[in-house]
Amino acid sequence: MAGLTLDLIGLQLFAGVALGAVYVLLAIGLSLIFGMLTVVNFAHGAFYMLGAYVGLWLMAHGGNFWLCLVLVPLVVGGIGLAVERVLIRPLYGRGIDYPLLLTFGLSYIIVELVRITFGKAGFPFDTPEVLQGAVDIGVGFFPLYRLFVIAATAVILFGLWLFLERTSFGLIIRAGARDPLIVRVLGVNVSKVWLIVFGMGTAIAAFAGLLAAPLQGVIPEMGGTILAEAFVVTVVGGMGSLLGAVLAGILVGVVVSMTSLFAPEMAKVAIFALMALVLLIRPQGFFGRAGLMS
Amino acid sequence: MTSKTPRSTTLNRRSLIAGGAAIAAAPFSFHTARAQEPTIKIGFPVPLTGPYGAEAQDQVRAAEVAIAEFNAGGGLGGRKAELLVRDDKLNPGEAATRALELIENDKANFIVGSLSAAVQLAINNVTKQRGVIFNSISQSDAINEVADFSKYTFHEALTPHLTAGAVGRYAFSKFGKKVAFLTADYAYGHEMVRGFQEAGKGMGVEVLGDIRHPIGATDFSTLLPRLQSMKPDILVINNFGRDQQIALKQATDFGLKKTTKIVVPIMLFTGRQSAGLAAFDGVVGGTSYYWGIEDQLPSAKSFNDQFRKMHGGRVPSDYGAMGYAGVRTVLQAVKNAGTVDTDKVITALEGLKYDYYKGPQYFRKCDHQSVQSVMIIECKTKDMRNEADVFQVVANEAPNEANLRSCEALGHKA
Amino acid sequence: MATDLAFEATRQPSPLLLWATRHRVALASLFLLLFPLVMPFKALAVMILIYGLYALGFNLLFGYLGLLSFGHSALFGAGAYLCGIAIVHFGWPWYLAIGLGLLAGMVVALVIGALAIRTRGIYFAMVTMALSQCVYYLFYQAVDLTGGENGLRGVNLKTVNLLGFEVDFLNPLSRYYIICGFVIAALWVLSRILASPFGAVIEAVRENEARARASGYDVMLVRLLTFVLSGAFCGLAGALLALHLSTVPIETMHYETSGLAVMMCLLGGMGTFFGPFIGAAIFLLLENLVSVWTSHWQLFVGLAFMVCVLFFPRGIWGTLMERMKA
Repeated sequence: MAGLTLDLIGLQLFAGVALGAVYVLLAIGLSLIFGMLTVVNFAHGAFYMLGAYVGLWLMAHGGNFWLCLVLVPLVVGGIGLAVERVLIRPLYGRGIDYPLLLTFGLSYIIVELVRITFGKAGFPFDTPEVLQGAVDIGVGFFPLYRLFVIAATAVILFGLWLFLERTSFGLIIRAGARDPLIVRVLGVNVSKVWLIVFGMGTAIAAFAGLLAAPLQGVIPEMGGTILAEAFVVTVVGGMGSLLGAVLAGILVGVVVSMTSLFAPEMAKVAIFALMALVLLIRPQGFFGRAGLMS
Repeated sequence: MTSKTPRSTTLNRRSLIAGGAAIAAAPFSFHTARAQEPTIKIGFPVPLTGPYGAEAQDQVRAAEVAIAEFNAGGGLGGRKAELLVRDDKLNPGEAATRALELIENDKANFIVGSLSAAVQLAINNVTKQRGVIFNSISQSDAINEVADFSKYTFHEALTPHLTAGAVGRYAFSKFGKKVAFLTADYAYGHEMVRGFQEAGKGMGVEVLGDIRHPIGATDFSTLLPRLQSMKPDILVINNFGRDQQIALKQATDFGLKKTTKIVVPIMLFTGRQSAGLAAFDGVVGGTSYYWGIEDQLPSAKSFNDQFRKMHGGRVPSDYGAMGYAGVRTVLQAVKNAGTVDTDKVITALEGLKYDYYKGPQYFRKCDHQSVQSVMIIECKTKDMRNEADVFQVVANEAPNEANLRSCEALGHKA
Repeated sequence: MATDLAFEATRQPSPLLLWATRHRVALASLFLLLFPLVMPFKALAVMILIYGLYALGFNLLFGYLGLLSFGHSALFGAGAYLCGIAIVHFGWPWYLAIGLGLLAGMVVALVIGALAIRTRGIYFAMVTMALSQCVYYLFYQAVDLTGGENGLRGVNLKTVNLLGFEVDFLNPLSRYYIICGFVIAALWVLSRILASPFGAVIEAVRENEARARASGYDVMLVRLLTFVLSGAFCGLAGALLALHLSTVPIETMHYETSGLAVMMCLLGGMGTFFGPFIGAAIFLLLENLVSVWTSHWQLFVGLAFMVCVLFFPRGIWGTLMERMKA
């Protein structure tokens, strides 16, 4: 292939990791929610999109980007809390399909409400000035903002790790992911834990949406395709495993990036082929719990 | 930002009542007695929901202008025209169902519409089987080809081949000969590439590469480094709508504009407004219509003024204007023929020479393709008269049959 | 779910319900035959027939066996494309083309099923989605056969020769009744399957898989067989779609179409015989009629969906059936 240099491959790898960063954030939320609540959140893409739109609104009303990074997860996480309390809680105990189907319907509603409020056409989202431009990373010029996305994701991951490993609430979450019944028997108020976990998951999704907004602008449909890809990542990593989500996210990003080098029109189906392959060899994903069925 | 279309012309009262009763499952039958002569019904399926909702709504507005003009001018000896707007949701299956309903239930005389190649081909298949005239108002090369074509098929819009050719002829003579393509991997993208390559043949153009991306891609960061390494003079981005907005934004982020001229076959009016100046700045593109030509062209001024009067001062977009022309040509042919009889209207359309908004046009006999001009545009960065004045026309390629694919190439016998 | 049904086993169905269940095919057929007379939009009525059959096929796997698949669009689409290809490229007569579509649905189901049944629960759903996207990609790229993104055009059927009578297929009512004939035949076959010992095994596997295995049933084979049967119904529905629209859009195979099957089944009632049809009717009527009033129809469909999940977990039809029990 003409022009295939080591530099180019290096640049592609970086692009893949940057791409994977957004996947990682989404997959973590999905995995958290599934691991703790056994809920497959089909509205996750809608929350991602909400994050971008809330960010847009805040920016238009005089906010700055850094403030948004803090406010957006709080606002959308709050919405997530409400959703869990009002809509999902009544469905516990009915089987895995119901919350899945409910969030499916919810995503339609959220998207349409955004269309009604903000219009169908979508808006541009400017990269914050200090993050504009490209830097020389050794193998070539790479947009500074994408490096920021990688860094922001790393910060969130670190924060999450600290939270899970070093706080008692994090301990409960880890225990609950391992065995929800025992945790309840031990007297922990599981519903409150689930409420907070759902809020956290959606908050992280919103953060991802805000990060993605300068890369592609915002439209109401932006949650749709990325949800399918996020599911692939979550499933490949193993539902309920955060480490799996991180590894799978980066892997998928790199796979897309490398496929784009040789057969770019196959980039999308490559993700699905990867998922099919992994699941057929190891039905529970990299780190998923074996026997985790409906 | 939401715009409300006046629903009075879009609601078919019959379908409202019928729908409600269907839910109640009461065995009514509906033959609302219509007195006197029936209206001339033009079915108008467009994607009111979906990513091109804004374009579709503009097409509806423009079509309404055409209908109002016709009715104000007395119609066909007193017989008025009526626009039956339907939402095809940008889905070919839905569009085919809407077309079936329009023909079978609503007894539409003609169908105008569609905004996507797949959709227009699906509608065309339905209409040609039932002998109903269909005037398509969006891009496709395939609809002119002999497999899809029928005498009932008309194509008001540009073809990818014509558009790409016009833009190519302009760009290759000005910006360089080393060209790279970033192409959406579907029929439209391939057709654009073909158009550019044809145009470039006689001009010594060297194609450095053609990278295909899946349609609907949101991230081009994995493709841009490779394109950059090819060091082209011109990067042609062959995609449409949102794909193009994102590609341009990311290409700008990667600093491509510093070394390469970016060229796109179609630059959408709504796209520029939605994606902002930064992404589109410095990009050269083609279009079927830009309202700004009203200073030079009286027919454009007349159309724009009518549009402004009917729709609160707005100006029509590129795709919107095709909604106007698509409906007006059909109605004019009806007037010329003096009847709604399909075969007579076809003959009238074939003989129609018109200048409704962008200069002289006519339908080529072999494939009913409207032979028309192509405008080359760039973004304005200063001296903008108002919010809608976003482009300037840098070149205008006159209508010329030679720029279309030949009848033989399309499979039509002489 | 197991405890729900154990309780249900003690509830007596009313005599009316028993009678209706025994004659379910006849009653369903009657409904379908009379349906176009109340529906002013015949084209929409045909779509309800077709999607109802599609949901029915999906229901066999989801409602009766309990396996949630997100890949059924591949079966539906394969049926549509193969029927279309047979007519457009091979010039086959329509009845052979339908047969090919049906077969195609079964073959694709066999391939996807064989690979997917090793997984369970949410992973099964994901594998089926992934595999069906691979099938989508294959059909998308085979532009010469399928038309790619432009869709397959030219699946034109003008007249149908039925036992010597020339029926005009372009006439909306006759088209409805011809397609209805196939759907009724499919309903009859489905009823036989469900009433057979195999039908009982399917439900046994859903209720308690370990017990079914302990009783000597080959669970994997049951799953695969059900998947293939489901593919037959979906393939037939696809073939009929191709004939009705006279085109096959590529969207037929996209995972959104898989999602449609799930929605329709849930709205109507999973695990009931006629529920999927009702679900398809409700969904399509909602979508098409609401979109006449407002372009924000997705809001109402989403709301209706959520209301169903929260308050009518058995679906509209299923809840009706429940009420009819003592």
